[in-house]
Amino acid sequence: MRKSVDKFKHIISKVIPLDRSNIDTDAIIPKQFLKSIKRTGFGPNLFDEWRYLDHGEPGMDNSKRSINPDFVLNKPQFKDSKILLVRENFGCGSSREHAPWALLDFGIKVIIAESFADIFYNNCFKNGILPITLQKDEIEELFSETETKTLEIEVNLEKQFVKSSKSYSFEIDEFKKSSLLNGLDEIGLTLENKSVIVNFEKSYFSNYPWLKQE
Amino acid sequence: MAKNLYEKIFDKHVVLAQDDTYLIYIDRHLIHEVTSPQAFEGLKIHERPLWRKESVVAVPDHNVPTTDRDKGIQDPISKIQVETLDQNCKDHNLLQFDMSDVRQGIVHVIGPEQGLTLPGMTIVCGDSHTSTHGAFGALAMGIGTSEVEHVMATQCLIQKKLKTMKIDVQGKTHPLVSAKDIALFVIGQIGTAGGTGYAIEFCGDAIQQLSMEGRMTLCNMAIEAGARSGMVAVDDTTINYLKNKPFAPKNGMWDLAEKDWRTLHSDSDAVFDKVVEIDATMIEPQVSWGTSPEMVKGITESIPKKSNLTSDKHLDFQRALEYMGLNENTPINEISVDKVFIGSCTNSRIEDLREAARYLKGKKINPSIKLAMAVPGSGIVKKQAESEGLDKIFMESGFQWRDPGCSMCLAMNADRLESGDRCASTSNRNFEGRQGQGGRTHLVSPAMAAAAAVHGHFVDIRNEKISG
Repeated sequence: MRKSVDKFKHIISKVIPLDRSNIDTDAIIPKQFLKSIKRTGFGPNLFDEWRYLDHGEPGMDNSKRSINPDFVLNKPQFKDSKILLVRENFGCGSSREHAPWALLDFGIKVIIAESFADIFYNNCFKNGILPITLQKDEIEELFSETETKTLEIEVNLEKQFVKSSKSYSFEIDEFKKSSLLNGLDEIGLTLENKSVIVNFEKSYFSNYPWLKQE
Repeated sequence: MAKNLYEKIFDKHVVLAQDDTYLIYIDRHLIHEVTSPQAFEGLKIHERPLWRKESVVAVPDHNVPTTDRDKGIQDPISKIQVETLDQNCKDHNLLQFDMSDVRQGIVHVIGPEQGLTLPGMTIVCGDSHTSTHGAFGALAMGIGTSEVEHVMATQCLIQKKLKTMKIDVQGKTHPLVSAKDIALFVIGQIGTAGGTGYAIEFCGDAIQQLSMEGRMTLCNMAIEAGARSGMVAVDDTTINYLKNKPFAPKNGMWDLAEKDWRTLHSDSDAVFDKVVEIDATMIEPQVSWGTSPEMVKGITESIPKKSNLTSDKHLDFQRALEYMGLNENTPINEISVDKVFIGSCTNSRIEDLREAARYLKGKKINPSIKLAMAVPGSGIVKKQAESEGLDKIFMESGFQWRDPGCSMCLAMNADRLESGDRCASTSNRNFEGRQGQGGRTHLVSPAMAAAAAVHGHFVDIRNEKISG
């Protein structure tokens, strides 16, 4: 079967602590960058309004813009980080898949939060990003560890744990887990049931004929 | 077994079930220019046909200009996006209401208006405010672009069952308290993540009394409470709204459909995972003061005091106040505004415009207001409003009367706030930068926005003189 996303692998990386709740997808990738008709190239504008001091527009040379040195993503030690640590309700707001595209383009493969917004959570899996939900006190522990040092974490999806100075287990839906581990093409999977869908349509439209009308 | 509304619709659409993962059939797929191009590209790359083109309806709304429409789109990148939608619709032979079509408008306004949104349907769109369509007793939800491609290619979505929440709004609201106030009040109560993982059904006297426009406003805002879907049961109001809509079933088909639609309500003994009861008489006109829709208060109240909040909220509270340029404990009616926006998929339907115009009739906006704009949700809404003379009322009071589109709700076109602008807005999100970088948004109902335009600050609409 054709693979649509990269297989999710075991990850060890520095963790970027972004200490906020309710980070919305407008903040993750502002609207002006949604005008692109591509899936790639959003990384330099990830968290654009927080990351830069000037106003960003598509087509600008981002290397020439003035960056906000206080914003955590701009700290040199996090340049190659693959893991983002946040608080509750991450990814709320707009359904724009440009948000996970921007995170992925920056290099983020794992997001650890107390909770996620539904649509964003779903969108992550379609792009090979693993969103991990931990308990409030566990998130607190991880944030406090990041206060004293640049924290490196190990993420093991197969065995469902996150390990810093201590190990935390996490829950994940089996179907989503196997999609990530195998990099499955979900559309291809669904199309394996083509005849089932065709048969469903036959009985469905005979029960609800007005839906067949256009 | 007794079923609630969500379960009834979900169960009818199950194509395949494997453990707790379902393949569900999608009846209606609405698309717009922002979240569809990459999905069409995906189909092309994988050489997959579009499963059922009759299910798709397209409209450009996010990028379209609301002035000088005949001059086309000035922003070259926006232009490419809208032209890409045109081309994709042509290539796949899809129904599109393009920029020159009078039926063009915000995707969540035109679907119901054309009778393309029907009870019992599963409806998806690459847009979080798809929850709007649940007002018709439909299961409607926002999806990402990968799922847009999945629906295009298979007519199905892979889903888990959502939990269900019943929000029972009992009693009567004050006549000048609108659906928007109910929505904001609910979000203030349960929080922006309160509905995460749930489909919400709104019921109770106050909901039954709402028009379809009001129910759409309410379901539209379900996503701001974290719920992918909001819904209201079918009743006479639903049926009467749909009758004679262009794409609604006709004649014998209508009778068949109506019989089925009448069953689309929760059984009396249906069970929900969570029930929230709200006393409608407690709801006053609402104004958001912060950078999340849950940061909202009644017009007679004040911004909270930090000391009254739990310590885990302090950082977000402080950050919101700083961004909004406000102090704790400020009375809501002392907050002044310099811009006013009436529009968006939340509040741009004919009833919303009537509500604002009824207040504005014979009044002028305050000289302190730099810009006030009314943006109808569709060409049809605009035409209807003009036939009622609402455009004249808006313009005589000092509002600009624009062409339909998403406009300043998310500022993807030229309509946006400048840094530091403070706006009374009938839209749905007060996030940082949502209406323009550095812009400050206060979410309100259309009547409250109109009153803020006249006074230059928020006032209690219940104490105002209203003509007609």
